[in-house]
Amino acid sequence: MPVSPTAPAVSLLSIAITFGSKVGGYTAVQNIDLKVSPGEFIAIVGPTGCGKSTLLNASAGLLKPSDGKVEIFGAPLHGLNSRAGYLFQQDALMPWKTALQNVAVALEPQGVSRKEAEAKARNWLQRVGLAAFIDRYPHMLSGGQRKRVALAQMLIRDPEILLMDEPFGPLDAQTRQIMGNLLLELWAANRKAVLFVTHDLEEAIALADRVVVMSAGPAASIIGEFPVTLPRPRDIAEVRLEPAFHHIHKEIWASLRTEVQKAYAQGEGASP
Amino acid sequence: MNRLKLILLQVAVGLGFLLLWHVLTAYPILAPTRQTQFFFSTPLDVLARVWKEFASGEIWRHLWITLLETILAFTFGAGGGILFGFLFARRELLAAVFDPYIKAANALPRVVLAPIFALWFGLGIWSKVALGFTLVFFIVFFNVYQGVREVSPVVLANAKMLGMNERQLLRHVYWPAALTWMFSSLHTSVGFALVGAVVGEYLGSSAGLGYKIHEAESVFDVTGVFAGMVILSIFVILIDMVVTLIERRLLVWRPAPSTNGQG
Repeated sequence: MPVSPTAPAVSLLSIAITFGSKVGGYTAVQNIDLKVSPGEFIAIVGPTGCGKSTLLNASAGLLKPSDGKVEIFGAPLHGLNSRAGYLFQQDALMPWKTALQNVAVALEPQGVSRKEAEAKARNWLQRVGLAAFIDRYPHMLSGGQRKRVALAQMLIRDPEILLMDEPFGPLDAQTRQIMGNLLLELWAANRKAVLFVTHDLEEAIALADRVVVMSAGPAASIIGEFPVTLPRPRDIAEVRLEPAFHHIHKEIWASLRTEVQKAYAQGEGASP
Repeated sequence: MNRLKLILLQVAVGLGFLLLWHVLTAYPILAPTRQTQFFFSTPLDVLARVWKEFASGEIWRHLWITLLETILAFTFGAGGGILFGFLFARRELLAAVFDPYIKAANALPRVVLAPIFALWFGLGIWSKVALGFTLVFFIVFFNVYQGVREVSPVVLANAKMLGMNERQLLRHVYWPAALTWMFSSLHTSVGFALVGAVVGEYLGSSAGLGYKIHEAESVFDVTGVFAGMVILSIFVILIDMVVTLIERRLLVWRPAPSTNGQG
């Protein structure tokens, strides 16, 4: 129920998140103001430990900000964000369900009949290229295949907001590119607001309409926003070769580099 | 080839043991045969007795009683363990309050309860079921408790983001996670159910395998004791095979244990 049709899909209004006690606790992020328009693809980059995932969790309603407001399509967020889908970095599939069951179960909370849910799940697994693997359990699938199942599980509910927390982080370089292209293809067919967290600047530029750069934690904040005007449809591998890509990369890296160095100096980024 | 060799070696060990037993009891090597046979019987006598027990049909009634006690003890123990495991895992306060009492109850050697149960429930099957219950309950309880508490937070968060309510979470996340842990202890808990039944019968009853062994022992019938033990072993192996089959069916989603060492 959008309060206003032009309201941003996600608005983070002067958010601060502190873990532990409010005084003397660890402040992960503060002074965060970010708006994601419907249909806009935003990538958040920042050094390790800057609280990028914390922002996603706040947008998902998994974490209540200590200060500030989260609004979803103009309405304040209470509890979990039912209009968002979340793609986790770690394996989040139910290991006791097959690929088909994992995707189909996502429709159960909406009251879809089992038969219909399975038909839709079959269709989605086909779209992510897993038609031959629908009866496999997660442990029988490769890391990339599991991510495809997770992607189908998220998208089958047709959420209006997609939250992704370094979803392709654990994958190898080639698989990441293939998954990135798959994501862009699916997103282009049905544009949703996307908040995509990554530590890979190249991935961020190749995917997003806008790249948001965060400072090193603790008390991280947004230090820059850069529009990416590269034409769509893009191919993740080829877009990197364009001169415009290099130009944007150079510009963003100039502001990101000092923060990465700060993070390393604190020892935050020392461990992989 | 390797597998065949292994089986041959395994059979050889068994035969070697039986042969040694036979030679030492059939010939006066360590002591006069009458003496050794009184204490150790002979493998042929034992096998003949086992055969007779089955052939006469006498043993079936006892096997059935023991099986029934085992199944009842397992069913009630597992049911109670699942129920309370769930409850305690989802209600922190309850778990914290009852923690020392559960630890104390679990620390108690259950055999000492057998006379009490015999007093309360009589010498029929229910005192044995009660003894088996106290053994099975705690194994299943601790496993389910652990299983529910240690559900992967990511899987849980994901299920919540899919919009699942408490009932759906229970059905799709907590329940399967708890069952996994229960089934990983299935062999142990079924084994304990049987231990409870047999020990209970041994301490006082009028039927069952434990009773048969006790009866033979009380008249110094060593052949009967050994025959009872052989039947008990066969019984346990069969039950274990059934458990393995059930486990394979129910835990089909679990990664296979790493490859065996037989090449």
